[in-house]
Amino acid sequence: MAGLLEGKRLLITGVITDASIAFHAAKVAQEQGAKVVLTGYGRLRLVERIAQRLPQAAPVIELDVTNQEHLDTLAERVSEHVDGLDGLLHSIGYANPETCLGAPFLDAPWEDVGPALQISAYSYASLVKAVAPLLAPGASVLGMDFDARVAWPAYNWMGVAKAALESVNRYLARELGPRGVRANLIAAGPVKTMAAKSIPGFSELESGWGDRAPLGWDSSDPTPVAKTIVALLSDWLPATTGSMIMVDGGVHALGQ
Amino acid sequence: MADNAKILAGLAEIVEEVAGVAKDEVTPEKSFVDDLDIDSLSMVEIAVQAEDKFGVKIPDDELANLKTVGDAVNYVAKNS
Repeated sequence: MAGLLEGKRLLITGVITDASIAFHAAKVAQEQGAKVVLTGYGRLRLVERIAQRLPQAAPVIELDVTNQEHLDTLAERVSEHVDGLDGLLHSIGYANPETCLGAPFLDAPWEDVGPALQISAYSYASLVKAVAPLLAPGASVLGMDFDARVAWPAYNWMGVAKAALESVNRYLARELGPRGVRANLIAAGPVKTMAAKSIPGFSELESGWGDRAPLGWDSSDPTPVAKTIVALLSDWLPATTGSMIMVDGGVHALGQ
Repeated sequence: MADNAKILAGLAEIVEEVAGVAKDEVTPEKSFVDDLDIDSLSMVEIAVQAEDKFGVKIPDDELANLKTVGDAVNYVAKNS
């Protein structure tokens, strides 16, 4: 049986360990027939080692989304591995955990909030711009979100950055629509990744999610999120763009 | 004991490569965080390299319990 992503060429950011959501997305995508190129930030040696643990070892390209030279050369460096892109996953975020997460909300200085917005929201647009020449008609670009329509305990300025990301996504949908390219976000429930562990108060967000979710929720299992990413990268949601797809066991639908 | 010495030597090489700590500093009683000043992402990289080198699986929950170099050596000895 042909896979859902047979012949698709994907660029996947945000792999740091084999617990990363992006790692599982890459794994399921390969299982469904995709060819995957990864980007890595900072610890390239670690990302390269993790890339060897995928069903097919994937090439790793260095990308710091705040480095203009990295962005300017990205399309060219991606082209060394694939001749175009049918999908892009933005799974990148950062906020200073000492000031922007968990700490008193009103105390965070702009010096920390600015980079949080740049790395977690603006970079979605920078990344799309950087690979735009490679995006094929029908391509799908995706970002990882945590429902920012409401305020969460501890999530603070990362939540503000996610709200910005949600807006960036809507504008990307406007921009890319005429080219036949979709832009969507996946608003996932809490998943125990390296990034999650660095969120002070993650346990507050996580605790009780499984009890509240109508479908239940296992924060140690990234597969439901990975499968949804793959579905959105496939041709089977062809008229969906500018959307936030909720992958949270149903928690968003409840009052209490 | 010979095995443990071998694991310690292998682990010390990894710690030196990942964190730039001199090999002879990596002794069983040392705490990764408090004595060797290794951050959480470096710990993950050390664990990933140790998994590849020794053919063990170190789940995140276990990694959190490996406070000292000796803890890591014992874990690898027991699980490889």
